[in-house]
Amino acid sequence: MNLKLKVWRQSGASDKGKMVDYALSDISPDSSFLEMIDVLNMQLVEKGEEPVAFDHDCREGICGMCSMYINGQPHGPGDRVTTCQLHMRSFKDGDTITIEPWRASAFPVIKDLVVDRGAFDRIIQAGGYVSVNTSGNTQDANSIPIPKADADAAFDAATCIGCGACVAACKNASAMLFVSAKVSQLDLLPQGKVESKQRVLNMVAQMDKEGFGNCTNTGACEAECPKGISLENIARMNRLYLASEISAK
Amino acid sequence: MSVLNSNIPEGKMSEKWENYKEHIDLVNPANKRGIDVIVVGTGLAGASASATLGELGYNVKTFCFQDSPRRAHSIAAQGGINAAKNYQGDGDSVFRLFYDTVKGGDYRSREANVHRLAEVSGNIIDQCVAQGVPFAREYGGLLDNRSFGGVLVSRTFYAAGQTGQQLLLGAYSALSRQIAIGKVQMYNRHEMLDVVVVDGKARGIIARNLITGEIERHSAHAVVLASGGYGNVFFLSTNAMGSNVTASWKAYKRGAFFANPCYTQIHPTCIPRSGDHQSKLTLMSESLRNDGRIWVPLHKEDAEKVRNGSLKPTDIPEDRRDYYLERRYPAFGNLVPRDVASRAAKERCDAGFGVNKTGEAVYLDFASAIQRYGKVQARLHGIAESNTEEVTRLGKEVVKEKYGNLFEMYEKIVDQNPYETPMMIYPAVHYTMGGTWVDYNLMTTVNGLYAIGEANFSDHGANRLGASALMQGLADGYFVLPYTIGDYLAKEIRTGKIPTDLPEFVAAEKEVVDRINKFLNNKGSKPVDYFHKKLGKVMWDKVGMARNEQGLKEAIAEIQAIKEEFWSDVFVPGSDKGLNQELEKAGRVADFIELGELFAKDALNRKESCGGHFREEYQTAEGEALRDDKNFAYVAAWQYKGEGVEPEMHKEQLEFVEVELKTRSYK
Ligand code: SF4
Ligand code: FES
Repeated sequence: MNLKLKVWRQSGASDKGKMVDYALSDISPDSSFLEMIDVLNMQLVEKGEEPVAFDHDCREGICGMCSMYINGQPHGPGDRVTTCQLHMRSFKDGDTITIEPWRASAFPVIKDLVVDRGAFDRIIQAGGYVSVNTSGNTQDANSIPIPKADADAAFDAATCIGCGACVAACKNASAMLFVSAKVSQLDLLPQGKVESKQRVLNMVAQMDKEGFGNCTNTGACEAECPKGISLENIARMNRLYLASEISAK
Repeated sequence: MSVLNSNIPEGKMSEKWENYKEHIDLVNPANKRGIDVIVVGTGLAGASASATLGELGYNVKTFCFQDSPRRAHSIAAQGGINAAKNYQGDGDSVFRLFYDTVKGGDYRSREANVHRLAEVSGNIIDQCVAQGVPFAREYGGLLDNRSFGGVLVSRTFYAAGQTGQQLLLGAYSALSRQIAIGKVQMYNRHEMLDVVVVDGKARGIIARNLITGEIERHSAHAVVLASGGYGNVFFLSTNAMGSNVTASWKAYKRGAFFANPCYTQIHPTCIPRSGDHQSKLTLMSESLRNDGRIWVPLHKEDAEKVRNGSLKPTDIPEDRRDYYLERRYPAFGNLVPRDVASRAAKERCDAGFGVNKTGEAVYLDFASAIQRYGKVQARLHGIAESNTEEVTRLGKEVVKEKYGNLFEMYEKIVDQNPYETPMMIYPAVHYTMGGTWVDYNLMTTVNGLYAIGEANFSDHGANRLGASALMQGLADGYFVLPYTIGDYLAKEIRTGKIPTDLPEFVAAEKEVVDRINKFLNNKGSKPVDYFHKKLGKVMWDKVGMARNEQGLKEAIAEIQAIKEEFWSDVFVPGSDKGLNQELEKAGRVADFIELGELFAKDALNRKESCGGHFREEYQTAEGEALRDDKNFAYVAAWQYKGEGVEPEMHKEQLEFVEVELKTRSYK
């Protein structure tokens, strides 16, 4: 395949950044999107230029590190895929592909396509855990049966990979889908339920502090989420938040 | 007398760990506040260790090269985690898990460590459930189990095909809790580039801030390496792109012996390579072998037709298929251990029966599982078994419930629907059993330097059983290291803060800076990846699934040549200020090249076949691995002797008290 790329280049946080055009030829349709960028980078290095910086690690859709905004979509075209799982067979020979970083004020650009998603870590630190020590002196794992449906729903919420595509997809740059996934997972399990109320207040407070926008229920996050995290989580979190706010007053 | 002292406690095997815990020195809580510990890596081992050490009251500094601790590659583990809970009542016990692990490791692991691992395994599950890890459950609300390769009981706990993710997020949440209260200071996007040893004790590390490029000195009373395995020495592996050996390699150069580097696990069920652009390989969980049947065409003509696209696998009738694992190993069938399954696949493909364009693939077929499950469901729903359409639909549903995400992943990569046509799989490098040598305390040969999880060598011998890596990572981090490190740190309560202006820190930092400058000023003609691929090819061809003396000798010479070429001709663009991913890679590949040489030497030294290490000269007439217990029942621990000097091999003789040394048989 032959391709034209328009790639966001920004040398550092203080640089203004711009789109730069590149042409690529002979790309295998079986290669992944990141392998296509590898080819570009190899060529840039061979010309003595700096390669495009981008985040990636597992390349199998689970670590949540890859994060490219491709042709106006986080993780590009294709249903429920991360950038690393996207394959070039999703494009046509001769296509022009625009590649940008996640855009959100809470995710400042570090370089080229690499952004800082530390805000997500800080939200988890604000309460995305069960306050139990790891001493091993806990009760037997089977002492509290959990209905399969609850366990499955908790699992579904827990599959969020923390990639931030939901924020990048949202016109308000809201992090509600990400936050509600963690809040829901723990609220659905008896072990997490105990702290549910305080947790939701703390995590939402941190989310606001990080500068994420408000949720106006457009659903773009769910549509772009590579893990299919459901909007129901946001609804559950909203209910929980209201109930918690009232009881906190 | 060997210089290696494994410090195995006295007493009966089943009492060692309890006795040990009762007799170690403890550090009182007030003193813990004055003690610093560095942890490198945030996978299951590193994250769990950091969280637990923080809870205990130590000041922990934790480092990872990713943008968040949640991204470490444990996240990608799919299948499950073993624990001797015997919830299924199928005869499991601590002893059985211990026995299976020692046997599965082909009698090359240290009994005492493995027994301890089996003992704490049950606790891990309790702990994870308490943390809110959403394991799979049965309709009654209790935890579900599945079985895994190499064992006869069902002891594997799982969370769909994302067990590693769920366990890591559990450990990450515990870690986050400690970060929030300031007991753990987290250094994301930092790479450890050296260990600092002062008066024979590990006292800190030199790290590079990958964003600013700054070189930093960090001191501590003990350093814990939880930096994972080195499978990327093969370039193509199922490891994450960033997984590297650098932390372990720097430790090796500072005096930590490196044990059994040649023990590599080649995982039998990975998605085959599709072409030269390939940057990494993707694993399909071994749990698929519970229900998938592995086969290749019985006749070469059929295999050829499949390869050139003129015959579809679904059109090959039963009597023209060779279910070679079921044929060769009737007792374990498709569930033989990983090393056995991998070699059998290679054997069939080398003999010309492979499928896929490359001829390097075998089938993993779910058609019979779909029918079997479908019939059970049909009975439950009162539908006639003769209604094949319904049976197939119901069967697919069950298979989807069990492996849906794996099937989806397969389809995304290969563009074929595994519900309709058999999957294609081929072995790939997946895990390294070898690693930094540690004693019973998980301490390396450098005082105060520990290695946990995949980074150490001790528990899996020459082959790791499925679902045991997660178990070991968490066992080390939550339950073992927090005790053993206390025994050491008890002697450090009067030491006081370690200053970072000691000459050892200055010297180590200078070495790091010099190396970075060397890369940047080299101005060669080839990018780092060129060398990495070249190294990987030598490793795979000559130090891979089957090895022989001649090939290994050639590999050593070729790797030495690659090293020379690398240092004279590598080109690293950009500067040391700020993010420079090529510079990061250069450092890692430089270390991989050196490791590759040691790896081949270790494989050459081990004149036997055991577990993941298969020497073609040492096999039975039927092609099974031939171990040599008389001469090789030892751990080969290599000591660095300086640049250009041959490393020295030390032996830790393995003693088997509880488990009788036997030929492994899965027939
Ligand atoms: S909710 Fe979805 S899009 Fe958002 S961080 Fe999680 S996985 Fe990514
Ligand atoms: S690189 Fe890990 S999800 Fe894409």
